Parts: sequence; C-alpha cells; structure tokens
Amino acid sequence: MSDFEYAPAPESKAIANIKKDYGLYINGKFVASHNKKRFETINPANEEVLAKISLADEVDIDKAVKAARSAYVKVWSKLSGKERAKYLFRIARLLQERSREFAVVETLDNGKPIRETRDIDIPLSAAHFFYHAGWADKLEFAGFGEKPKAHGVVAQIIPWNFPLLMLAWKIAPALATGNTVVLKPAETTPLTALLFAEVCQQADLPPGVVNIITGDGSTGAALVKHPDIDKVAFTGSTEVGKLIARSLAVSNTPVTLELGGKGANIVFEDAPIDQAVEGIINGIFFNQGHVCCAGSRLLLQENIHDEFLNKLQKRMSKIRLGDPLDKNTDIGAINSAAQLAKIHELSSSGQAEGADIWSAPCQIPNKGFWFAPTIFKGVTQAHRIAREEIFGPVLSVLTFRTPQEAIEKANNTPFGLSAGIWTDKGSRILWAGNHLKAGVIWANTFNKFDPASPFGGYKESGWGREGGRHGLGAYLKGAK
Amino acid sequence: MSALNLIDGSETSLRRFLQTLPGVDQIGAQERAAMLGTRSIKTTSKKWAIDMAISMIDLTTLEGADTAGKIRSLCSKALRPDPQDASVPHVGAVCVYNDMVGIARKHLDSIGGQSIPVAAVATAFPSGRASRKVKLQDTKDAISLGATEIDMVIDRGAFLSGQLGEVFDEIRAIKEICSDKAHLKVILETGELVTLDNVRKASYLAMLAGADFIKTSTGKVTPAATAPVVLVMLEAVRDFFELSQIRIGVKPAGGIRTTKDAIKQLVLVKEIAGAEWLNPELFRIGASALLNDLLLQRMKLSTGRYSSANYVTVD
Amino acid sequence: MSLDIKKTYKLFIAGAFPRSESGRSYEIRDKKGNFIANPAQASRKDLRDAVLAARNAHSSWSSATAYNRGQILYRIAEIMEGRSEQFVAEIMAMESVSSKQAQVQVRQAIDTWVWYAGWSDKISTIAGSTNPVAGSFFNFTVAEPLGVVGIVAEEKSSLLGVVLGLAPVLAAGNCAVLLASQRRPLSAITLAECLATSDVPAGVVNILTGLSDELTPHLASHMEIDGLDLSGVDSKSAAALRISSVDNLKRVHSFSAEKSPERILSFMEYKTLWHPIGV
Repeated sequence: MSDFEYAPAPESKAIANIKKDYGLYINGKFVASHNKKRFETINPANEEVLAKISLADEVDIDKAVKAARSAYVKVWSKLSGKERAKYLFRIARLLQERSREFAVVETLDNGKPIRETRDIDIPLSAAHFFYHAGWADKLEFAGFGEKPKAHGVVAQIIPWNFPLLMLAWKIAPALATGNTVVLKPAETTPLTALLFAEVCQQADLPPGVVNIITGDGSTGAALVKHPDIDKVAFTGSTEVGKLIARSLAVSNTPVTLELGGKGANIVFEDAPIDQAVEGIINGIFFNQGHVCCAGSRLLLQENIHDEFLNKLQKRMSKIRLGDPLDKNTDIGAINSAAQLAKIHELSSSGQAEGADIWSAPCQIPNKGFWFAPTIFKGVTQAHRIAREEIFGPVLSVLTFRTPQEAIEKANNTPFGLSAGIWTDKGSRILWAGNHLKAGVIWANTFNKFDPASPFGGYKESGWGREGGRHGLGAYLKGAK
Repeated sequence: MSALNLIDGSETSLRRFLQTLPGVDQIGAQERAAMLGTRSIKTTSKKWAIDMAISMIDLTTLEGADTAGKIRSLCSKALRPDPQDASVPHVGAVCVYNDMVGIARKHLDSIGGQSIPVAAVATAFPSGRASRKVKLQDTKDAISLGATEIDMVIDRGAFLSGQLGEVFDEIRAIKEICSDKAHLKVILETGELVTLDNVRKASYLAMLAGADFIKTSTGKVTPAATAPVVLVMLEAVRDFFELSQIRIGVKPAGGIRTTKDAIKQLVLVKEIAGAEWLNPELFRIGASALLNDLLLQRMKLSTGRYSSANYVTVD
Repeated sequence: MSLDIKKTYKLFIAGAFPRSESGRSYEIRDKKGNFIANPAQASRKDLRDAVLAARNAHSSWSSATAYNRGQILYRIAEIMEGRSEQFVAEIMAMESVSSKQAQVQVRQAIDTWVWYAGWSDKISTIAGSTNPVAGSFFNFTVAEPLGVVGIVAEEKSSLLGVVLGLAPVLAAGNCAVLLASQRRPLSAITLAECLATSDVPAGVVNILTGLSDELTPHLASHMEIDGLDLSGVDSKSAAALRISSVDNLKRVHSFSAEKSPERILSFMEYKTLWHPIGV
C-alpha cells in the first residue's frame, strides 16, 4: 500500500482580487504618488510579481500628515468615544467577513502558510479591533487619569513578518484612544495594508483618520521626521529602532518601539516533554522564524539533552515545507532574498564557529526563497548564533546544569523580549518567571498572542507595551 | 519480552517506572491535536485514507438486543461493505460479546470471510466489575468459541485507587490465556481515567503487562476516543517502541462516526506514531455507523456526486 | 567660644563616603559670594564605581519584599527628621532662602519619603493586571523594577529635588546613581548620611557631586544604566543626553516637581506571563 502522503490541498487564489498597481491611501482615497515612482511586490514563494506599489516621498508624506491632522482637528477629536468605538467594531466585522480574502493575500505577499494567516494572523487582527473598540468609550477607567488625551497625529511603521496583524496592533489602539494615523507598511508586504484601506472605505471611516503610505526605508525615515507628527510607533529591527529614537531625541516626540529579540526557551528535566517539543517547534518555526519573540535559543537541562534532541529532530522531520497556499504546509517561504541571505550568512557563521548543524530533510522548491528548519547543536554563549537575531527557522541549542545557570544564560543578552519555561513544577515556573528579564514569558506554552495581553520588551527589545490596558498608555498623553 | 526488563512486576517497580514518564500538558496536547485536525486530505490521499479506514474498522455490535440474525448481517457487511463494489476492502474484524463469537465465526467462515478475525469483548465488559475468576473464564470462553482477538477492560477502580499491581496482574493473567491464540487489546476507558497523565500511565501499564493493542474506550462511556487521548496513546506506543523495539497497536473506539473523524485519526497516526502504524495490524477503529459514511464518501469520490443513505446497507 | 567643626562633603558610593578617586574638589559659594564648602568633584571613574555598586546591590534590593522596602523608606524619613536643622541650614546657605522656606522644603522632602514608602507595596496592585485572553490560559502582568537608574536631580529646591528623584526609584525596587546639583550639592550629601544610617543597603543609592557637563554624558552613555531621570537637566543638554542614551535604549524621563505614582512606573517594566489552565 502507498504511503499516506497528503495530496496537494491549495487554497484558491481566485478570492484575492489583487490590482495591477496601487496608489497611496490618503484622505480616504487612493492617489498617485507625487514622483510617480513605483516598486514591485512579489510572491516570495515563486518570485512572481503581484502588484506595483507607489513609493511615497516627502511631498506625499506631507499630504498624508496634513490629511491626518485635518481629520484629527475637524472630525476625530470631536467624535465621542462611543462613536469611535462603532467605527472600530465595523472594521473588526469587515475583517471577519473578508477574512478568507485577507488570508490568501497575506500568504501570497508574505510567503507564510495559509494555515497561519487563516487561523492566526487574520482572526487575531479582527480581535484587536474588536478589543480596542470596547476601550474607546471607557478610557477614563483605564487608569490614565480622568480625562486621558490623545496625542494627535501618529506615525506608525510596521514590519513584514505579520503585516496585517502589526497594522492592527498599531491602528486599533491609536484610533480607540482618539488619534489619527499615517501608517507605512513594510516594503515587501504592502498588500494587506492596502486592502485594509478598502476596509476603511467600506466602514465609512472619515477620510484622513487612517492614511496608508507605501514605500521603502527612505519613506519611513521621512515619515518619522515630519515635524507635525505627535507620536511615533515602530516595530522592526533594533538597529532601525535606535535610528528612529535618535532622530526624535531632539524634538522629544513620544516613541514606542517593538524591536528584536533572542528569546530563550528553557526546558527543565521535569518538563511535559511532548508538549515542550511542540513548544520549541512552535517557538522557532512558527512563521518561518520571522518572529521577534521567537524562542531562538533552546536551553536544555544537560541531563535530558540527548533524549530531547532525538525527539525534536524526529518531530522536525515531520514539518511540511512548501507551497504556502497549501493548507497542509507548516513552513512557508522566507519573505525576501535579502532576509534569506542574512539567514545564510548567520548560519554559515555558526558552522564556521564550530557548531554542529542539522537541517530537517525537506524538498526545497526550485523557485522562491526557502530555508529548511535547522538546528545548531553545541552552541555556546560566545557564538554569534547565540547572540544575534537570525529571524529565520534556525534554532541554537545550548545546555545548562542548574536553574540558576539557565536564568543566567537566558538573561545574557542585550535583548529582553520573550522567554519560555517548561517544567511541571509550579514554584519553579514562578521563580524563573521572576528572574527572567523579558517582557513576555510563556510557561508550558509559547508564541501565544492576544489583544488583552500586553506585549513588549525589556532592555534593547524596545520601549513600551502593545495590547491590553497597558498598551493604551502608548497612545495617551503623559501616560506611563 | 525486553520491555519487561524495565520492571519486575512489583507494585513498587511499576510505580517507580510510571513516575519516570513525563507529564502531559492538557492544553498543549489539545492544541497539537486541534492543529492536526486542520490537515486537509483531498483527492488521491482521501481515497487511500477511506479504503485504509475501512480495512481498519473493528465492525462492532455490543447491544443487549444482539441476536444471531443481527450478528450474521454484521458479518456479511464486514466482508462486503458495499455489495455493488467488490473493490471495497473488508473490515479489520468484527467485534461482539463472547456469546456471539461462535455465531460470528461460523457465519464468516461460511461466506468466505475466513480472513476476518472475530474479536470478543471480555473481562466483564464494559464495567470490569466481576471476580478475577469470572473474567478469566469470560476470556477462555471467547477464545474457545473462536475469538482471535480479545478486547479486555482494565479495572479502572484499581487504577484510580493506586493498585497498579492489581491492574498489571490482571492484564498479565488474561494475556496468559490469550497466549498465541488471540491478540490482546486492552481497553483503558479513558473517559473514566479523565486526565491525560492517567492515559499515558495506563497505556504504559498495559504495554508492560503484554497488551498487543491499547484501546481507548468501551463505547459505553463518554468522552471516548477524543483526539488528545488518541494523540497521547500514539505517543506512548511510539516511545515504547524506542524502549523495547516492540510496536504496540492502538484502537480508538467510540464517537468516530464520520469519514472526517476517521481521516483525522489517520493523520494522528501518521504524524505522531509514524507511517509504520498505518495498517490494520497496528491501528484499528472501533465503530459501526462509520462504515456507511466511509462508503458514501467513497461513492462521492468515484462518481463526483453526493450519494444517499439509500445506497448503503443498514446492517 | 569654640571654633565650628566644618564638614567635609564627600561622595557616597557603595555605602562608603570616599573622596573622588581623582582627588579633585570644587568650590561652592552662596549668592553673595561667600565660601560654603569644597565638595568632591567626582570623575567618570567615580561614576563607574557608583554604577557598579548600584548594579551589585540590585539583585537583593529588588528581591526584598515590598513591605521591607516600604519600612526602609519610612526609616529614611525618621532619620531625616532628626537632622532637620542641618538640612535647613544648608538650604538657607545654598539657596539664599528664609529659614521658613527652608523648613517647608525639608518638611516636604520628609513627607515625600513617607508618601513613597507607602507606595512600595501598592504600586504593583495598581499597575498589574490579570488579562482575560481567549484561550485556556492564566495570563497576568506585573510591574517589575527596571534596574539601575541614573538621576540628575532637579535643583530649584535642592533637597526636595533629590528626594523626588530618589524616592520613586527606590520604591520601585531600583538602585540609583544620583548626580547632585552642581551649585547646590550639600543636601544630597547630608541625605546620604541619613541613608547610610537608615537600613538602606549599601549601593542601593549612590550620590555623586561634581560638574554636570563632565558627568552627565557618561551617565547617559553608560550601558549598565537602564533608566535616566533628567529632571535636573536643561532641555538643550537633555536632547544630547537622550541621543547617547539610545545606545542601550535607556528609559529616559523628565518630571515636573510633583510626586505621582507615574514617577514610580516610569522606571518599572511590565512583564506578562502565560500559563495553560488544564488538568
């Protein structure tokens, strides 16, 4: 009898109505960019061009900021919280209604598996709008004073790893708290943001409340420097985050930053092993490892090292890499050629520094950007792959002997975004949770997200929190 | 049996061994099972899965109202699930109470179903509440009537009260009677064990005591063969193989009624235990209504149109 | 008539009162130009030692119970009370204010300790939360101390500015390196003498005197410092300090001269923990 290989089960592309080219979304309309410059966005799974995207320059940015200012002054700041809430609820519902379409477009533009866009990215994005809608008319109860005030016009720059979800993390709280927005999606993943602009139109959101400008790094740099911006929110690399922070140091414009990480996933000898294996897999191979809070360092108690790695490697061999639109795909395409080159570079450094590489046996497609799930054994704190964020499906395996040593190694990084703890012992979870310097700690689970749960990092992983009551503070004047 | 070297059969050694097993986080196990439940099985793999699922069914009737007539029609259905389509494989076994074993065996033999084993539930099924003597005799009766598979229940009361040696000894005693005459399936009745930690422990206890199969449920208690329970049992047989080089089979029973349910089971088998378990020697599904749904889906695949209950037999 | 015994104003590092390792001091005078004192002129090496002392003290101070920290903060107020006269005299000398005004400031400073003492075991209640996530998980957020905080104290009211800087930082469970006002450093050093005798563990507070332009750039660029209170820095200098503090993404804040729980939370970090709920 034949083996039970799954036949291809691709989600249909037909639902995705991607236009040939897109303008900038300013003041409620799609408009051509001032310099008429365009760039292409491609499907990283097969390198086919999906659409031509406008590249915004200073003139466009100024237009967008003016639109946002005008909308803030004339409309949005005058609207009651109750009415703002209704717009957000509408947006949440529209996202749910069009979820299949969003999932397909996200998968095409980003390369991540349809299972993830369908089950995580899109539903969570809608949930963020739903959650924050409820805050809009209750801000006086949120603990930021009796009359919390919006900043005004907010500039937001988001990354390519969770394009729509990061948009939701940014726009939902900004609108709920009464700000208007100029948002720039990532250069390689602009499509769902542009689709979201259509949702704003369908929701009858007043023109100028949300403006979406597309472009590259220069567009983002120009946006944060615009003198009429009251607040900046950025998610991306620590390097760019620092550039932004420095450029705003003189004006002292409020900034929130969600930056890089090098999360430690600590497995103690008494862990629920099978779930821990799943947690490690989910921690580093979810979204091709393009996750700032990825558990990219596995810290294994030395006495279970061999047994655990044996299980982990067997599990990794079952990961299904391939067509992101296939409903059975677990790991999709690397988002861009540049990112793939970076992963290759760090991976080579791991080998050059003497770590022991093992990759899951995957058939790599001919076209597109791919990297097989990979682990490095015998990694020490001194290796680059133990210190630098790889942002790809590459796990560094280290060991520890005592709980104290585990914490010491986990904290031995300038980052402080996430950490994982795997043990059946309750008091050890709370002890480790106390000592880990990280903003989000998952115990006996990993990579869980929820709009009610604050997210953000210690140390060089960023400033501020997003989500939950705490995340509202980022968008209110004077809140800490 | 090398696995037995792990323990000496004493209560203390059993307890010590079972304590070395890692815990199961219920939420994590549920998540994994739910994720695998999203696998989309289409076209050729669906066709393969349907036929495989049919050949894995322990076609079961366990009613107080069972009669010779009922058993005979069940056996006919087991051999030729679709009278109009000879390409449909026969099921894995028929499963009946021990007083029906002779009737089933005889009928199967008379219609050309010699290759289909008859399984008997035994040991005071479903509660298991009877004396050891009665349970042993129950098993002997079934085997003497021609059962080549015994589906015994464990003493859940003993398990839950910590008398692991009692449970272990009972399984061993039944196994001794089965010897080389019958395959032993040990029913854990996971709905009464409640926690996944218990499911894992009971799975190992049964495997150490000599089970050829571990089976989820009697079908008389809900919840029965939930995906997380089957997941944990498949992990157990996978890991037991690492320890002993012996492959133990798994049989979910109860609540698997649709093709979709059955295919989800096969996905679990493939992705948790491995493809080696994807055959009726190592995986069975205890069911009755499932067979007709599989047949309907099979017709849909070959004709392209949805079929109707009028086109499958009610036996 | 006997001659006054004048005090030598030294630095406060790791619970000790060293002179600057550089051997330098500088002169401060009152409004009329009368000599007041020669406080130590701390060097960047003194600053480095102070930061190290703060870092070393952080583990035990941050893990002390909030109740214990509250009692210690209250103890500071008790000890200050006994030194009121000295504080008043120093404030009058440095700030050229009346005895009444100086007394009011000392009163406010002591009351500020008492107010923040009470916050130490309440701030987490106010700021923390349990979060109703969609799934079978227990999820909670707690506020934790940031680590080592550099403080440039506001100098208008030189004692109160120091206390407004230190008290919230300590209540949060942080350790501090405080740079006293260049012109008006005496209250800070006398306060250090109170701290040294009021159960504050060595290194939890370190106080430097010296030249602001010389020391603040090192405070801002030091990679072992996690947060900065720039209340005592003018806005032009603050911009440059903010730029160099980006190197390790310090949490940088300036405050008006008021006490508030936000001042505590500014130097706390939110940590969120998830755990499954299952059987």
